Amino acid sequence: MSGLLDSPLAVVSAGVPLFADAAQAQAVPVTRVDWRPPEPGTEQDLARVMGDPRREEANRTAVGRLLSAGAELVDVRPAAEALGLERGSFLHAGPPIDRERASGPLRGALIGAMLLEDLAEDPAQAEQELAAGGIGLDPCHHHRTVGPMAGVVSPSMWLFELRDPQHGGTAWCSLNEGLGKVLRYGAYGPEVVERLRWMNDVLGPLLRTAVRSHGPVDITSIAAQMLQMGDEGHNRNRAGTLMFLREVLPGLIDSGAPAADVAEVARFVAGNDHFFLNLAMPACKLATDAARDVTGSTLVVAMARNGTDFGIQVSGTGDEWFTAPANTPDGLFLGSYGPLDANPDIGDSAITETAGIGGFAMAAAPAIVRFVGGSVSDAIEATQLMYDITLAESTTYQIPVLEFRGTPTGIDVTRVVRTGLLPHINTGMAGRVAGTGQVGAGIVNPPAEIFPAALRALAAAVPV
Amino acid sequence: MNVVEVRRRSYHDSVTLMQVSRTVAGVEGVVAAQVAMGTELNLDVLRGMGFEVPEGVGPADLVLAVQAADEDALVRARAATEAALAASWSGGGDTGLGTAPAARTVGAAARRTPDATVALVSVPGQHAFSEAIDALEAGLSVLLFSDNVPVEQEIRLKDEGARRGLLVMGPDCGTAAVGGVGLGFANAVPSGPVGIVAASGTGAQQVMCLLAGAGVGVSHCLGVGGRDLSSAVAGRSTKQALAMLDADPATELIVVVSKPAAEEVAADLASYVDGLATPVQFAVLGRGRPDLTAAAARAAAAAGVAWRDPRSWPAAADSPGRYRRLRGLFAGGTLCDEAMLIAADLLGPDAPVRSNIPLDPSLALGPSLDAEGHLMIDFGDDALTRGRPHPMIDQRSRLDRLALEAARVADGAAGEGSVLLLDVVLGHGAHPDPAAQLAAAVAAALRTAGDAGRDLAVVLSLCGTLDDPQGLERQAEAFVAAGASVHLSNAAAARHAVDLLEVAR
Repeated sequence: MSGLLDSPLAVVSAGVPLFADAAQAQAVPVTRVDWRPPEPGTEQDLARVMGDPRREEANRTAVGRLLSAGAELVDVRPAAEALGLERGSFLHAGPPIDRERASGPLRGALIGAMLLEDLAEDPAQAEQELAAGGIGLDPCHHHRTVGPMAGVVSPSMWLFELRDPQHGGTAWCSLNEGLGKVLRYGAYGPEVVERLRWMNDVLGPLLRTAVRSHGPVDITSIAAQMLQMGDEGHNRNRAGTLMFLREVLPGLIDSGAPAADVAEVARFVAGNDHFFLNLAMPACKLATDAARDVTGSTLVVAMARNGTDFGIQVSGTGDEWFTAPANTPDGLFLGSYGPLDANPDIGDSAITETAGIGGFAMAAAPAIVRFVGGSVSDAIEATQLMYDITLAESTTYQIPVLEFRGTPTGIDVTRVVRTGLLPHINTGMAGRVAGTGQVGAGIVNPPAEIFPAALRALAAAVPV
Repeated sequence: MNVVEVRRRSYHDSVTLMQVSRTVAGVEGVVAAQVAMGTELNLDVLRGMGFEVPEGVGPADLVLAVQAADEDALVRARAATEAALAASWSGGGDTGLGTAPAARTVGAAARRTPDATVALVSVPGQHAFSEAIDALEAGLSVLLFSDNVPVEQEIRLKDEGARRGLLVMGPDCGTAAVGGVGLGFANAVPSGPVGIVAASGTGAQQVMCLLAGAGVGVSHCLGVGGRDLSSAVAGRSTKQALAMLDADPATELIVVVSKPAAEEVAADLASYVDGLATPVQFAVLGRGRPDLTAAAARAAAAAGVAWRDPRSWPAAADSPGRYRRLRGLFAGGTLCDEAMLIAADLLGPDAPVRSNIPLDPSLALGPSLDAEGHLMIDFGDDALTRGRPHPMIDQRSRLDRLALEAARVADGAAGEGSVLLLDVVLGHGAHPDPAAQLAAAVAAALRTAGDAGRDLAVVLSLCGTLDDPQGLERQAEAFVAAGASVHLSNAAAARHAVDLLEVAR
């Protein structure tokens, strides 16, 4: 039987303070819960899902897979080859969207990608083609791919190819272009397209050579180390980028490519503090994909935004998206940009928070707290609150200032609904108007209503 | 023997690994040990120490190199490595910099309190299930105060608890005492040989207080919730609580306090009890059955203690035979039940007692909670506590009714007086000083009636012990000074109230 009668009494108390007070008055240790009622109307669904006898084991399985996944960079190759992406087809970030509802930055990125693919002579023609509906549009997530911000992938773009040695999954992500006027933030000027061409012609092929000569590069290990070096893997990737460069640099130098190209590649990677983001994201995608499709599991396996809608997918509800209009991030702005210039939340990069880093590891990145979270104590609190909505603590990613506690990992729909605490997401901000580029960075929450919506679907799937 | 083991892709920072190495090197029978990431530098150090490093080890791999005296020492070194690595993850306990915000769920709080044994859940009933199941999944037994929890949720919780060897006390369980600590509404009773299983909160409090008054202590009191012995719930928690008390070395006698069980549940329970090593007595309220005071006396006898009747204080100015109506205003449901059973028995079928928790459905009070003749109201009933505190905590509903009854007597005809029967429950969780307002209200009521030349008597059932924080003596004296008669036995209070009535003469 339980140790109730033979161990010293220690109490957790939720509800009326009187009972906690009475226990405390008798010298019993009491941990009080700051309990708040969930959103009205969710009671039935919560009771149904919480009472699902499959839930606990299903969540243990799902989050176990998420935690045990690894990620190795095994190749770099064009999307046409890796994904079979055909001319005229494009991938985008977030849940599915049709072109009528596409946001400014997504339109801008598509225009830039059409120019890159020589599908239009100039932006005006690209816009006409776009309006005429002549192109194919599909979410990255539907192709085991993730893309930051607009997340537009076109056939000629080169992708990182990552494999999970534990579960055998594969995931892809584009190469990071840097900050400012870049395609993923919706810019499509000549300098943007020119950079993309260079990435296709020089950066991609050289990285391929380097990675192939190096052999699989352990991305999980770099990500684990970067969290102890002040990165959180979403809005700060500086240490990760340099560690990655350290891995591939010998292979680049050895590649036989012209020294000027090698130097340019090294300069480009080292000069782009976010280069590693596009490796952290597919690493997280591998982990969350490993946790998909566990019947009865309430684990969130994707959070993604397309600039119009924010969507989540849940392990126990398959490929269904639960979406609502995306919020606009709160943060700091570049130059003379202000809140009115910002587009609503966009990008697949919230896959990092879904896998337990990024905003969930905010306490690991005190260097950027002023940029995205206010004070250092706000950052620590942001991470600490996330433990209450997650199923586990990472066994890979640790936070030194929390005594090396594992990061909060595996968002549980029931815990989000029960607590009303929404996932804390670090993010960049794109300009609302197509062609603008980046206007700032900050923090954002998902729209609250998608979690009760997912809960409803989970409740409907509970066997009677 | 020199052994090198590699764990692929297992990153730990070098400071942690230096600590781990030191721990492993200190293990008995270990000559030298190095636990490190497989960087070139570290591998060179290992080679320098005489270890043979396997091919293909990289900086992302963890290398455990041990020079051990024998196989046993190696096993110990492996275990020490695991333990030291595990300890390097602080888990939920240590919060590091800053103060952790309060946990938002029972599960989160339980993870932060690794030695927690029980969760007290008193959130509104429609939300209680989630928190309770969360507690069970975190390995905690549950005391579920919340009422208005659907019966199918109760069954699900109790089955889940049984599967995990955890006890679900409730829902609607107000009272428990574990190892001398009162949880919820509980009196300060000495520890002793009697274990109590309580499907009735105030019933258990009454039995414990009367036992304490007789000098008999209690080992544990495990609540099970008022519905546990219904057909639907079928004694799930009662059986589990009986088994726990049976296994408890401090418990020599078990008393099950409840309202009448469903027939098949009672039969099932009787055979279950036969299989236990500890003797079990049932204190089951019902027509023709012994009252709780008699049950306490029987338990005291079994414990080998001489019984003396619980104390009472007479009122100064009662006028037996001059009252027509009996009006019970209760905070404790079981105390109300017991009083009704006694009154119904003494008054007979011609003088029915109506109630919001009637002995017979035909005697139900409507929503006005009012009727001519005798009535007894349980102000702690689910229907009357929705959205407001329990009358054991907040006396407002009873204060209002007391004034109303007094005014009615004052305004009524001569010879139409009433006897008011009230309970006051002391102990942890209850109102810190019930007499402060209630005794004043009693005095005012008696004055109202007296000033009008009408007859009113107040009889008080006081459930408490000398060690209760409110002070039993002080409370009793305040009510006596206000003009009430006070009885520590609820059954005695009910009998005295009936004795005062005209019909009983």
